[in-house]
Amino acid sequence: MKLLIAGGRIIDPGQGIDKVADLLIQDGRVSAIGSGLSTSDAEIFEARGLIISPGFIDLHVHLREPGEEYKETIRSGAAAAVAGGFTSICAMPNTDPVNDNASVTRFIVDKAREAALARVYPIGAITRGSAGVELAEMAEMKEAGAVAVSDDGRPVMNSQVMRHAMEYARDHGLVVVDHCQDLDLAAGGAMHEGRYSTLLGLKGMNGAAEETQVARDIMLAGVTGARVHIAHISTAGSVELVRRAKQEGMSVTCEVTPHHLALTDAAVEGFDTNTKMSPPLRSEEDRAALIEGVRDGTIDAIATDHAPHHMDEKMLEYDHAPFGVVGLETALGVVLTTLYHSGLVELSRIVEMLTARPARAFSLPGGNLSVGSDADVTIFDPSLEWTVDPRQFKSKSRNTPFAGWPLRGAVVATFVAGRAVLRQ
Amino acid sequence: MKVAFNRKDLLSIRELAAEEILTILDTVESFKQISTRDIKKVPTLRGKTVINLFFEASTRTRTSFEIAAKRMSADSINISASNSSVSKGETLIDTARNLEAMAPDAIVIRHPSAGVPQQLSGMVGASIINAGDGAHEHPTQALLDAYTIRERKGSLDGLQVAIIGDISHSRVARSNTHLLTKLGCHVRIAGPRTLIPPDYEKLAGDSEGSLTVCDHIDDAISGSDVVMMLRIQRERMNEAFFPSIKEYSIQYGLTLKRLALAAPDCIVLHPGPVNRGVEISSEVVDSSRSLILDQVANGVAVRMAILFLLVERNVA
Amino acid sequence: MEFKLKAQIMDAAGITRAISVLASQIVERNVGTSDLLLVGIRRRGVPLAERIADKIQQLENDRPPTGQLDITLYRDDLSTIGPRPVVNRTDIPEDVTDRNIVLVDDVLYTGRTVRAALDELVDFGRPRRVELAVLIDRGHRELPIQADYVGKYVQTSDSEIIKVMLSDYDEEEQVVLVENE
Repeated sequence: MKLLIAGGRIIDPGQGIDKVADLLIQDGRVSAIGSGLSTSDAEIFEARGLIISPGFIDLHVHLREPGEEYKETIRSGAAAAVAGGFTSICAMPNTDPVNDNASVTRFIVDKAREAALARVYPIGAITRGSAGVELAEMAEMKEAGAVAVSDDGRPVMNSQVMRHAMEYARDHGLVVVDHCQDLDLAAGGAMHEGRYSTLLGLKGMNGAAEETQVARDIMLAGVTGARVHIAHISTAGSVELVRRAKQEGMSVTCEVTPHHLALTDAAVEGFDTNTKMSPPLRSEEDRAALIEGVRDGTIDAIATDHAPHHMDEKMLEYDHAPFGVVGLETALGVVLTTLYHSGLVELSRIVEMLTARPARAFSLPGGNLSVGSDADVTIFDPSLEWTVDPRQFKSKSRNTPFAGWPLRGAVVATFVAGRAVLRQ
Repeated sequence: MKVAFNRKDLLSIRELAAEEILTILDTVESFKQISTRDIKKVPTLRGKTVINLFFEASTRTRTSFEIAAKRMSADSINISASNSSVSKGETLIDTARNLEAMAPDAIVIRHPSAGVPQQLSGMVGASIINAGDGAHEHPTQALLDAYTIRERKGSLDGLQVAIIGDISHSRVARSNTHLLTKLGCHVRIAGPRTLIPPDYEKLAGDSEGSLTVCDHIDDAISGSDVVMMLRIQRERMNEAFFPSIKEYSIQYGLTLKRLALAAPDCIVLHPGPVNRGVEISSEVVDSSRSLILDQVANGVAVRMAILFLLVERNVA
Repeated sequence: MEFKLKAQIMDAAGITRAISVLASQIVERNVGTSDLLLVGIRRRGVPLAERIADKIQQLENDRPPTGQLDITLYRDDLSTIGPRPVVNRTDIPEDVTDRNIVLVDDVLYTGRTVRAALDELVDFGRPRRVELAVLIDRGHRELPIQADYVGKYVQTSDSEIIKVMLSDYDEEEQVVLVENE
């Protein structure tokens, strides 16, 4: 089975490729990249004016299955993923039951295979039940398919436990992903602590609640030699800490969400609970620092932290609404509109943060279009104008802060192992 | 003569222009007169329904709104959180829809969470009056405070006003800060550092007056024309905001001695209920400088005026 | 709203004369000034009541007390009229009970304003008698209400408006008939 994707601009930062060329896929693998490739008995996909990229990889997604299937299932989440151009997603373990043992890990892997849409790589819990006390069975989970460990949703507050977790994870080649938040400093907070929390009378979470934990994790990574990945980095101070750690050669990586790149705490005015997430939307200074971190490479990956919630659950007082917004289907549009079309960040950097660097951070297969690799390909039109309509989402949930936003840039087709899983 | 106030809801002082605030204050005058008549009632809102939806216990404010509605001949109904299904986990949309089905003309709402009146206003056709939402705003309180000040001082422009106490948790502080700075007052804030929220001095934005956060309560009180004391809740002591009631009252309480630092005709306000001996001494409460009871009387008139302006707004 | 002037009903001198006539009629009917209380209906009824009181002072050497009534809160048409009028103070300096009240207004038209004024007045107490004095009666009553003292009767159509202009509020003193365009 041959598929020729013809005439598009191939951006593959993992191989240093950025040129207009044809991509030949055969039997589900990348066969060749070049000009004037043979088209005999190949299906042709006309891609002039479009961008051909390795399939996007999202390191941070909440799929809610098992346990909260009314918000999202592995199937609906995988469908939302490919609609957003993501061919691989990493599923956080805060399900019900928590993914802290191999049987839940296997369940997730099996369900994903059944859905046959995006690849789903489970992230196992660091501690049992993510309670922060006893270690979870990391080795067993890895055998079952886990690619990293995290207690996401919560930090591991006890530093001794975190130290042990890092040492143990290191032995088994697993990256430790931390949701950095000092629970005492942040207790009761519903948004970023600053001018807007004062204006709106909401309890705020100071940026220091994240930075103290980022600093701690970096130091423990130095002590243990573990690979640490900072989830959804959100403050200027955190970016600076990671920057310095990298300068000193430490194996620390981090990710940023599209919503933290596009929005600030000013968005909370109006009390729309679709602006409530953790970490919260921060100040304009923080946002500028995140964008700088994208530009200078301090931040490795763009990851959505896709967190579906049912409309009923979000339809509460701002104080009581759950944290989290969906993001798989708006990520590309938001990032291109905010960073690329505004002239702040080059297209190749953006693609790199969606492909090669996330793959490297978690040692995942894919993230590039090297000959012989599985043909996970995302084709997008960087100029296509569209308006976000949550009712059109493939995700079961609609909790987005971008409803009604006019965006420029959208996925046109997504291929997993050479098979078209999305065709617009 | 046109009226510069034509809104469906009263959600916050922040969104009001100075002209709107002055229009409201000018309207209050006539309503105050009604409470001095033999028959303390006008037929203006006859047949209208006002629901008092209180998710937080408050006899004082609720009674004030109830009397205000009844003096306007409206039907006043009280719903408190324990009587509604909200405590059972009803969503805001269902609360709103259930209320709408009763076809009220106005809903007065007090809630411990900021933003609820605003969230509801988009969902119901009735006029929403914010009677206090978390630490966010308490518009009618600021209006009655301003009216009380203006009644005694003639005009608000250029007055030095001190607001003292737990600013962090105070919707009264925020609403008053917005209103007084919009009308040209020089507002000075003081309290324990732990109870002053970040960037508070930026709250006033570009208004006519000015806003300063003082290091010491005496700096704020010195030369003031109006001193507004905020109530301190004892629970804050248990949350490590300040060490003890005793220390609080010595460091931050208003006594006659401290009041002597203010202007000779300085007046004292307090939103109530008063903690005698804590944030304010009994001597000050009972002195002729204290307009605390005037605030209560004016509260009814202000709320009558608000009900009138919202319910009988120009829908044409 | 644009107006087209159709006729002048009274000039300044005419207004003064009409007020004199009203004042003497009131004094005659009330056999003097005791227990008399003139209440002007805002806005223009107020200066008229003051002028009538002044004239009565000239005639009887005794000025009856005057008050003012704002009927906004008693109207039956609040949400449907144009820009909402400002609510002003109602000020009745004396107890109305057992008094002979004369309500004073500039123009009597449908009668609804007077109906509202009566409702408000009785909320203050129980007058012995209430009478009505108007500068102009233009007909077209919608309620069974009539004036006891009238400066001038003017036939009008519904598309016309009578404007009473007094120096207290307007540039010139006159009463004019205008067409509502």
